[in-house]
Amino acid sequence: MALSAGSPPVASTSEAFFGKLYESKDGERIRRCLQCGDCSGVCPYGYLMEFPPSRMITRLRADEFDEVLASDAIWLCLSCYACTQVCPKQIPLTTSLMTRAKEELLLAGRVPAELQAALENSQRYGNVLGQSPRKRSEWAKGLTPPVPVLSKEHPSTEVLWFVGDYPSYHARVQGVSRALAKIFHALGVDYAILGADEVSDGDSQRLAGERGLFEMLASKNSQAFGKYKFFAIVTSDPHAYNAFKNEYPGLGISYPVWHHTEFLADHLDALRPLLTREVKARVAFHDPCYLGRANGIYEPPRELLGAIPGIELVEMAHNRTMSLCCGGGGGGMWLDGFHWEKAHTRTSEWRVQEARTAGADILAVACPYEPVRFEDAAKVVPGAEGLLVRDVAELLAEALGE
Amino acid sequence: MNIVVPVRLVPDLVEEINVDPGGTALDASWLRLIINEFDDHAIEQAILLKERGGGQVCILAPSVEGVDDVLFTAAAKGADRLVKLEGLTDVGLSSHALARALAPAIQALQPDLILTGVQAHTDLDGPVGPLIAESLGFPYVGYVASVTLEAGSASVRKEYPGGLVAGMEVRLPAVLGIQAAEKPPRYVAVSKVRQAMQTARIETQAAGEIDASGALAIQRMFQPEAAGRATMIEGEPAEVADRILEILRESGIV
Repeated sequence: MALSAGSPPVASTSEAFFGKLYESKDGERIRRCLQCGDCSGVCPYGYLMEFPPSRMITRLRADEFDEVLASDAIWLCLSCYACTQVCPKQIPLTTSLMTRAKEELLLAGRVPAELQAALENSQRYGNVLGQSPRKRSEWAKGLTPPVPVLSKEHPSTEVLWFVGDYPSYHARVQGVSRALAKIFHALGVDYAILGADEVSDGDSQRLAGERGLFEMLASKNSQAFGKYKFFAIVTSDPHAYNAFKNEYPGLGISYPVWHHTEFLADHLDALRPLLTREVKARVAFHDPCYLGRANGIYEPPRELLGAIPGIELVEMAHNRTMSLCCGGGGGGMWLDGFHWEKAHTRTSEWRVQEARTAGADILAVACPYEPVRFEDAAKVVPGAEGLLVRDVAELLAEALGE
Repeated sequence: MNIVVPVRLVPDLVEEINVDPGGTALDASWLRLIINEFDDHAIEQAILLKERGGGQVCILAPSVEGVDDVLFTAAAKGADRLVKLEGLTDVGLSSHALARALAPAIQALQPDLILTGVQAHTDLDGPVGPLIAESLGFPYVGYVASVTLEAGSASVRKEYPGGLVAGMEVRLPAVLGIQAAEKPPRYVAVSKVRQAMQTARIETQAAGEIDASGALAIQRMFQPEAAGRATMIEGEPAEVADRILEILRESGIV
């Protein structure tokens, strides 16, 4: 990659990209790549990619990264951390190589149309669904007791519940929010939400290459956080969890954060006696990428499910570190058409098939992308029509009884 | 080639729309404005023409809330000049008044080509494009979905209802009402818009006199009213069909 004598001092695409990788955390580890190809083998869509991770590195080393950037196959990357998990040299493939490559395409304006809409919605409305920001807490309307919203009159709380885009707006996932509110009330948690002050955490937009948008959203959330007093953030969204835990601190925004399964497992002594209603079912737990692989939380959701009377836990073929992405990560939530065009299959269908093979009646989840994706998949996978998809919070709320 | 794109901002329908207590206009206190979708296509078409054949693109917009974001976003896409017109704060401004207020500013920019959205959901008194063309004495072609520039003229593709398409040639300067750009409006990264905010400059000009003559006078503005006029017809399919036929005959439809 050295410049030959007399050539103008202009960095090639590969050199410029290499420089950008170095700026990212642990990015210099890219030099250690053994070319073993494990990353490409474990990638759920690796078999479809013109340049799966290991081959991207090959081209980078050969000073031929232009070819990689000329392909749009990078949008198949679900940022699911499977490659990062298996890499024997601990190269942060998801956060550096894959995300940086998406950033390059995005800056060049080469964004699939459906992803573009989600990004524009995030810019304008602060949520990917393009809903009115004023209606962010409408899911809580009519709940008794009411869900407390932080305001000038109510400026402090112990737990700030960061609700997130899908749990706020998506009709199916709003049910998870209502279930969590019910559990908080049963436990007597001192909590409140931000209401219209909350905007998308921005993590999936960041992993889809829109770093600037992520920073804009983080700064809006930071302003909202700064108006109130609280001790910790709790969220049902592993993507928000990941953002607050691993990305916001780099922007000077630092708060303790708990995923709801982590928080509730921590309160299991108080919760267990309240779980009086039997839920008779075989339940398989799907490890969300950003709870499991990205943040190492595997046991709390299983402890919670195990505490529900009547539930028999079964494991699917892919579990814990080897979990299989639902297809929604890294912008995948807004690339369904693109993925279908390239793959003619969905990872969510493979997952639902696994749940069926494991003999599960219920596929338990812990990420707001999943109820929608798996319920959709269950409709078309033969034999999976009867499979129920429930967030851990929904199963707990059911077990609370009245 | 000097391309001028006059754009308007319209109420964002994602937010709730209310009628003000006067009953003849929208309640402006709750409105959030967004660029008219067709004007966004006009900007894209202008940038595509610039990328193909060079030239300068100037965006012209009324100085209302949110206009700076619209202009800086256009700059990040490749627009060269940004002008906002003071004195056009009324979002319910009629197309007649808007066209007269825009015309002198457009003329001062000495355009070869004017691209604007073919319609807007606020243009109760008709699209603004033909009214601008009338004010300036330029030809107008609307429902345009593709533009090719030649020396002194433009070849355009005009869409008609029912899937009909016409190829037309129009002498320049001309006003084109853009139905759709040749490609969907591009995405521009937030970091690029931020960059444009640092480097691009928005010029401010006074708008021409506001003269709404010729526009519609709004007598009453109201939300759609629900009415219970539906009749459910019970019975066997054959009886129901006979009854439907009877009703259609009674009302003179068949």
